[in-house]
Amino acid sequence: MKPNQVMKYLAIVLPLLTAACTTTTDEETMAGQSNQNSNAQTSGMNKNEAVEVTALERERQMKIEEEKRKQAALRQTNTLYFDFDDSKIMGKYFDILEAHASYLRANPSARLIIEGHADERGTPEYNIALGERRAKAVARYLQNLGVSNTQISTVSYGEEKPLNKSRTEAAFAENRRAVLVY
Amino acid sequence: MLKKLLIMTLTLSLFAPVHGAIDILITEGLDSARPIAVVPFSYQGSQPLPDKVSSIVAADLARSGKFNPTQVPQMPQQPTSAENVDFAAWAEQGVDTIVIGQLEDVRPGVLSVSYQIIDVVRGQMTGGGSQMLEEGRLVSSNDHIMFESRPLQFETQDSRRISHAISDKVFEKLTGIKGAFQTKIAYVLVKDSGERPYQLVVADYDGYNEQIIVRSNEPLMSPVWSPDATKLAYVTFENRQAQIFIHDLYSGSREMVASYPGINGAPAWSPDGSRLAMVLSKDGNPEIYVMDLLTRKLTRLTNNRTIDTEPSWAPDGQSLVISSERGGRAQLYRLDINTGKAKRLTYTGEMNLGGAITPDGKSMVMVNRTRGNYHIGRQDLKTGTLQVLTKTYLDESPSISPNGNMIIYSTLHNQDQVLALVSIDGRFKARLPSGSGQVKSPSWSPYM
Repeated sequence: MKPNQVMKYLAIVLPLLTAACTTTTDEETMAGQSNQNSNAQTSGMNKNEAVEVTALERERQMKIEEEKRKQAALRQTNTLYFDFDDSKIMGKYFDILEAHASYLRANPSARLIIEGHADERGTPEYNIALGERRAKAVARYLQNLGVSNTQISTVSYGEEKPLNKSRTEAAFAENRRAVLVY
Repeated sequence: MLKKLLIMTLTLSLFAPVHGAIDILITEGLDSARPIAVVPFSYQGSQPLPDKVSSIVAADLARSGKFNPTQVPQMPQQPTSAENVDFAAWAEQGVDTIVIGQLEDVRPGVLSVSYQIIDVVRGQMTGGGSQMLEEGRLVSSNDHIMFESRPLQFETQDSRRISHAISDKVFEKLTGIKGAFQTKIAYVLVKDSGERPYQLVVADYDGYNEQIIVRSNEPLMSPVWSPDATKLAYVTFENRQAQIFIHDLYSGSREMVASYPGINGAPAWSPDGSRLAMVLSKDGNPEIYVMDLLTRKLTRLTNNRTIDTEPSWAPDGQSLVISSERGGRAQLYRLDINTGKAKRLTYTGEMNLGGAITPDGKSMVMVNRTRGNYHIGRQDLKTGTLQVLTKTYLDESPSISPNGNMIIYSTLHNQDQVLALVSIDGRFKARLPSGSGQVKSPSWSPYM
């Protein structure tokens, strides 16, 4: 392969590779990248159109699969943690909740139970109320993302089902949680 | 420190485990209690005695926080009748009251017990031979004998109950307060492993005669006694949601009384037993409701967007103490059940939870959080003064004895949840070590 040909080859393959590796969720960005690639193809390899079209579809298919895998991976995360005596959802969980929401929107027959939990500080009865507030905060967030409220139910276990039974600050933090159960 | 250690060691040996049940460890307050001696009762019969009556009475009196019973080896003598009491010897030890008694065989399996409470100080003054004028004649008055029981018959397996009855009498004679030694406690035990780890247990107030009432794979919460002490109301998650059940302890029958969407929690019987206050979140937020147990009709008492929970009836049945976040952090409020009006009661500390008014109506016991620490506190309802009673860790679920003398609560000790006692004045403190698992949500029964 002559150096010139190598350059041409890279010009086509590199964008393809990067597109396949990208992890962005934004539909528009994805569309933009596809356009870029097709430009590269038309400029570089317009001798055999049929092969190119097949490659494009495969690439697009790859991206859809990739997105599905990514959403599924995000949905693997089913536990959200909270600050002490607080039911505010932290920003780091927004992507995860979006992934759950899109799954629930796509599968209207799917049902989700959101469990609310608290650490042991405070009375058991108060913690039942706190656990419910956490579960309901998650339910409300999903509803705002278009999930039907008939798909979601909540139950609060308060401090009765600790994940970590040691009584350290770290254990308390692990126990202040909402768990999404399908 | 040395003194405290000595007391702890003595206490340990006195209340060493006998039955593997919950045994008490007094941690504070014995030195300020009144000296008394419960002399081993005499027994001439041939039946094996299942329990030592005098030891149970002494343990009861120690646990009340008001008495410091003399250990048997430290007793100057062990008289078994009033005539043989050496008043000077007891007085020298600073013991001003002694209890003596006599056990006798009645027939196989049945015993009889008599006992006398003797005022050592009075006895020393009169030499045990005081006389008084009766119908113009001098007669022996024996006024150093403060109380003399009639012979009480009991079956041998009932010896703990009869001992607690003796303790009740001694306690009332000497303090003027009705004894609560024949009461029971209900609590939740969560085993650390195994099948059905969540257990609802009923035991004598001292932890003996434990009986498991319910075993479940899902959490059990908030047991509370009916005013006639025949039933428990509690929360169970056995059907994968919180539900309130009423459980008849004698028939074993259970009845579900609340199973609404969301929280069904914190049941509390009205003093007359006709109504059950509870927390339901079926209408959005945790709110206080009262259910008429005959008609099952619900009356909603609160309506705001924050948490309202933990209703507890005032002794007169006209108001509830509740925990509410209506003013920001959770504080205690008094809610008039007729008008629905609420008045804030607590201002000390970051949070106050789990309030309950004492039987005399004069003060309120609660969980107070100050600088992140949760302790049991008592607030005078007239002056508003708060006294923090405990200094253990993560104290919660206080429940007051029916005579208002003692509070049982749950606390953390060596990484385990255990039950502890504190007297209403905060002077006496004791721990009830558990076997295995987490012990929580104690509820003290009314008088049985």
